[in-house]
Amino acid sequence: MKQFIIFIRKEFKHVFRDRKTLLMLFGLPIVQIVLFGFALTNEINNSKMVVLDYAHDKGSQELIAKLEASRYFEIEKNLLSDKQLEAAFREGKIKTAVIFPPNFYHDLMHTNKTQLQVIADGTDPNTATTLVNYIQTITGQYQQQVMGQTKLPYRIVPELRMLYNPELKGAYNYVPGVMALVLMLVCVMMTSISIVREKELGTMEILLVSPFKPLLVILSKAVPYLIVSLVNLAVILLLSVFALGLPVNGSVVLLVSVSTLYIITALSMGLLISTTTASQQTAMLLSLMGMLLPTMLFAGFMFPIENMPLPLQVISNIVPAKWYYIIVKRIMIKGLGFASVWKEVTILFVMTMLLLGISLKKFKIRLA
Amino acid sequence: MRTILFLLQKEFRQIFRNRSILPIIFVMPLMQLIVLPLAADYEVKNINLAVVDHDHSTYSAQLCAKISGSGYFRLVNYGSDFKTAFELIETDKADLVLEIPAGFERTVVRENEDKLFIAVNAINGVKAGLGGSYLSRILNDFNQDVRLKWMQLPRYNSMPVVEVTSSVWFNPHMNYNFFMVPGILAILVTMMGSYMTALNIVKEKEIGTIEQLNVTPIRKHHFVLGKLIPFWVLGMFVFSVGLFIIARLIYGIVPLGSIALLYGFLAVYLLAILGLGLLISTYCDTQQQAMSVTFFFMMIFMLMSGLFTSIDSMPLWAKGIAYLSPVTYFIEVVRMIVLKGSTFTDLKIHFAAITTFALVLNAWAILNYKKTS
Repeated sequence: MKQFIIFIRKEFKHVFRDRKTLLMLFGLPIVQIVLFGFALTNEINNSKMVVLDYAHDKGSQELIAKLEASRYFEIEKNLLSDKQLEAAFREGKIKTAVIFPPNFYHDLMHTNKTQLQVIADGTDPNTATTLVNYIQTITGQYQQQVMGQTKLPYRIVPELRMLYNPELKGAYNYVPGVMALVLMLVCVMMTSISIVREKELGTMEILLVSPFKPLLVILSKAVPYLIVSLVNLAVILLLSVFALGLPVNGSVVLLVSVSTLYIITALSMGLLISTTTASQQTAMLLSLMGMLLPTMLFAGFMFPIENMPLPLQVISNIVPAKWYYIIVKRIMIKGLGFASVWKEVTILFVMTMLLLGISLKKFKIRLA
Repeated sequence: MRTILFLLQKEFRQIFRNRSILPIIFVMPLMQLIVLPLAADYEVKNINLAVVDHDHSTYSAQLCAKISGSGYFRLVNYGSDFKTAFELIETDKADLVLEIPAGFERTVVRENEDKLFIAVNAINGVKAGLGGSYLSRILNDFNQDVRLKWMQLPRYNSMPVVEVTSSVWFNPHMNYNFFMVPGILAILVTMMGSYMTALNIVKEKEIGTIEQLNVTPIRKHHFVLGKLIPFWVLGMFVFSVGLFIIARLIYGIVPLGSIALLYGFLAVYLLAILGLGLLISTYCDTQQQAMSVTFFFMMIFMLMSGLFTSIDSMPLWAKGIAYLSPVTYFIEVVRMIVLKGSTFTDLKIHFAAITTFALVLNAWAILNYKKTS
């Protein structure tokens, strides 16, 4: 036991002496939380729009004022020719164009019908759809305003309630995803590389011939990363509660214990990679291809799994991050207890046992 | 000149001998280009809906039929108990619950107004927002149907109507792949270029072979050029395979703009990104460090590049960071040339920016590279 602690201390020194790697170990989670929390939004603000107002009357001005008042658009009024308009789109200066026909208000008042032409830049289809939606909604409001207070008969009024995340913040979706990603990254990549590094440099030979049990040599490599991951977990949770205002609705103890299980899953994955590879570059490649990419793809926080083709949906089931992401969302945001996540926890547990079993079986005392 | 040729020969041999590097260069990027666009489909569809019907009237049945016929929603549960429906939301089996109150049909007809309750699982804000607005629109339509049944609408519009006609340019079919594939291709070339250069040089440091190179009469710029040119060639190669084989054959994307312009930009961009790898390698001593530092920057560059989220919506400080990364410019340029057919005059600023990046990063790297430790 005493020897084991000495070995762990050695590993800790390895980790903490390498300042540049520490940047990644502790800097990455913080940067990710800040970026996902403050910089990256899927909602659209200040999208650039050009208004071609050929009507220049009361109606067009009122509607432009309404568009301007919303935070979605940054409006420039300019009468461009067809060519100029196309050029502005090509340069990427504008995302939408709204064209008011001559006699906009006159037609609206006298024939009760007028047209508004909207052109959107379709290179990003989702943004285009959303922007057109916004313009339609604002136009609808304007129409309502013109119509006045006359109430229509037989009204069906939908009442919308947003559960869990009334302000529709992106962080509710991203934070659990960042947790899944960072823990996976630190554990799989760092563990496997640090073990393989000793192999590549030849120091592993020295450790293995020492009177210390070979298995414990490997385990002592995993312990520092387990602790680093737990610290990261704490940092992410504190940041998301205090900086992003995210709630932890469920039990913290449950959250931490499930996270520990997930960390162990990742560590055993790292161990498995390290037993099968001989060079750092291969280890890196394997952890990038085998773990990082699938985690980003299939955890479900960046890309919606239900939209994927069926084979990919099936593959997503063997990615531990997917299950962890579901568990964290349920515990942290929905505030549910163990009863609602036991199935997912069991899946993670079985995965861990399998990975650990295979990697211990593959572990060789002698180097080739 | 001869020195550089010999160095190039050495580098190419090393790259092609290394069995673990070859898949990184050839198989991985292409696999990603095939798989990622399939997975990165953000279109909001297949929203799971649970209906709680306390009314069981003709109206509620018609409404359900209308909603499930719209194509956006999948009816996963139809019952009369809110608790069961809410449990479906808790277990992620349903995204939306629509509750139709008892006596709905009667109230609408007799009292002219009734409410419907919609509860949305809003953890994924985008899906919740779009799902809610789709459902509201369908309800509006349904409302109009009901009205038509009870009253004769006048032949002329009795209410002022502003008709919004929208047209979408550059991608009229709203194909999401057209947006994602060029962006992902840009990211892949970037990752490959920066990783390969950084790791390659640091590996020589870690193994100690750099010492052997340092004692030869090779000049600094010979060494740097010898390292840059092979990866520059590989970057060009991977981009071409992605553009001409995968993007064209699998996704049917044919660049609208000038290919020469695209390659001109790529040539400068690769210099910038390889310079970044070079710079990182001069600061690192082990492969683990080089990988961590590269990964750290690549992650930030990738997230801020506008690949997944729009840069326009970012706060000002974040926009500043976004435009400090060469990746942002490259993704914009690839998308603009491929999808919109932008010309050199449209891209002047981008060219100026990327040339600056290339010069600064490489100059900094060469200054920082020391032959003695």
